[in-house]
Amino acid sequence: MTIYLMCLFLFAMGLYCLVAKRHLIKKIIGVAILDYAVNLFLVLIGYKEGGVPPILFKDMSQQVLSRQSVDPLPQALVLTSIVIGLGVLIMMVSIALRLYEKYKTFDTSEISRLKG
Amino acid sequence: MIQQFYPLLVAIPLGTAFLVLLFPQSLTRVVEGIVIISKVILLLIIIALIGHAPFSYFVGKWVPPIGITLVSDYISTLLLLVINSVGILSLLYSFEYMEMYTSKIRFYALFMLMVAGMNGVVITGDMFNLFVFLEIATISSYALVGFGCESEELEASFKYMILGSVSSTFILLGIAIIYSTFGTLNMADLANLISVGGKNKSILFAEVLFIMGFGLKGAMVPFHAWLPDAHPSAPAPISAMLSGVLIKACGIYAIIRVSYHVIGMTPLIHLILMSLGVLSMVVGVLLAVGQWDFKRLLAYHSISQMGYVMVGIGLGTPLGILGGLFHLMNHAFFKSLLFLCSGAIEYSTGTRNLKEMGGLFKRMPVTSTTCSIASLSISGIPPFNGFWSKLIIIIALVQREFYALAAITVCVSFLTLVSFIKVQRYSIFGDLPEKMKRAKEIPILMRTTLVILAILCIVTGVLYPFFGNTVLEMARDAIMDQQKYIHLVLR
Repeated sequence: MTIYLMCLFLFAMGLYCLVAKRHLIKKIIGVAILDYAVNLFLVLIGYKEGGVPPILFKDMSQQVLSRQSVDPLPQALVLTSIVIGLGVLIMMVSIALRLYEKYKTFDTSEISRLKG
Repeated sequence: MIQQFYPLLVAIPLGTAFLVLLFPQSLTRVVEGIVIISKVILLLIIIALIGHAPFSYFVGKWVPPIGITLVSDYISTLLLLVINSVGILSLLYSFEYMEMYTSKIRFYALFMLMVAGMNGVVITGDMFNLFVFLEIATISSYALVGFGCESEELEASFKYMILGSVSSTFILLGIAIIYSTFGTLNMADLANLISVGGKNKSILFAEVLFIMGFGLKGAMVPFHAWLPDAHPSAPAPISAMLSGVLIKACGIYAIIRVSYHVIGMTPLIHLILMSLGVLSMVVGVLLAVGQWDFKRLLAYHSISQMGYVMVGIGLGTPLGILGGLFHLMNHAFFKSLLFLCSGAIEYSTGTRNLKEMGGLFKRMPVTSTTCSIASLSISGIPPFNGFWSKLIIIIALVQREFYALAAITVCVSFLTLVSFIKVQRYSIFGDLPEKMKRAKEIPILMRTTLVILAILCIVTGVLYPFFGNTVLEMARDAIMDQQKYIHLVLR
């Protein structure tokens, strides 16, 4: 139970970093921490106490594997999610670089020409 | 027979997007041909699907709940029709319009990726697959919003990207919670387990996370803050796609699918959705009336009209859902027409500021007429399509004795009329300023697109008895019947 709470605390920290910081790159780091927190949560869902990795060895039967192994589905979901997070992170950083070229600052309180 | 071609709805635009990137800049005409051919094939498949009995397609022949299923029921067909018809018209419009920007080939690749993502969102029957396709659609839209790479467009794109990532994170958290409670990700299987097993507290948490996540994609107040910056900054065909289709496919449709079919509606969720709807309606139109940037005004009106749809959907009665779906379809047509008109005005005069325009009726008759038709549609003037859908929503509200909400809806409609009278007076009628005297009418391909959309605005209103049953009322019945959805997939 504590580990789930710590995972959600990581989520809250990422959200705080995203909301409270004014520097563009720090906001991007906040989004990255959010991604890590949710991926960690997904992996923790599949975890079982004393479980083995979901690999079928030669001398193992299928029933033993399905009873003892951790859940492999969240691992597949997390792989997809990590790749999606990577794509978004790359785009965010490239747009942040272009924003610096245009506005000459990383401070979001000055990058606010669109108002109203 | 058509069932075998169902995954092509995602595969064709995806393949086209990557194929197109191989071509050099000099072969842009060839690329335009390839892209139009693939869109036409998509439209043919979808036309063959209209009125077809619902079916489910098992990807790779893996049976549910193990494999991913693609489900075709009437609500998917309605959304597919809307997405791809607005898509092909925006694409035709963009052939001439995107001459103002630099790399057209990358634009077409991103556009086809967005269409592939949206098609995937509406046809899938698996929760995580929905998330993946949602990400494909929204990430390509992040890139398309900032396509011009000017400072304001980049700022809007960054803001949209940050807010969109947070909403996707919430959706993923909701999916994780649902998976941990029920052990399956297939929508029909989840629907079965939830309807049989009774309400678990974690479902309510997941539902709230979904409403937050999908509500941001669908521009509900208070999750609307990205829309007034992102939609004006995008190039006009992308504004039309974003406002006309993306906020519906990724936002409203996802909420419908998750709330009505997967999780099941309770009075609490009805209340939440209707409150969000009413809030969006009122806030959207109040902020829209004072705008002087044409596209920003249209973006705020998108928020308001999405509130209409959400009120209809959240009401839950057959008439209410019918009104919501009909308004969804109508809004796609008239809002994309409005955005394309604003793009046409920007193409000819170089400005979006209403105070600088005037009297364009003499110089740009086709644009002005279609803009007037779209403005009358969105304000709810008979016999255009907006009138009928708003009328159905108001009658549904009165039937359920929500008299105050019905009165608010009528007031919002009146304020919409006020802001569009302002638009018409400043842009189309009035005196022609000096520097606009040489504004020319837009090229023939763009004009044809506007005319087709204007005809659709009139036709979907007046000829409703001809298509209303197959397209809209069957979709409404499909939404309200959770058991039919479960049996469709799980036999």
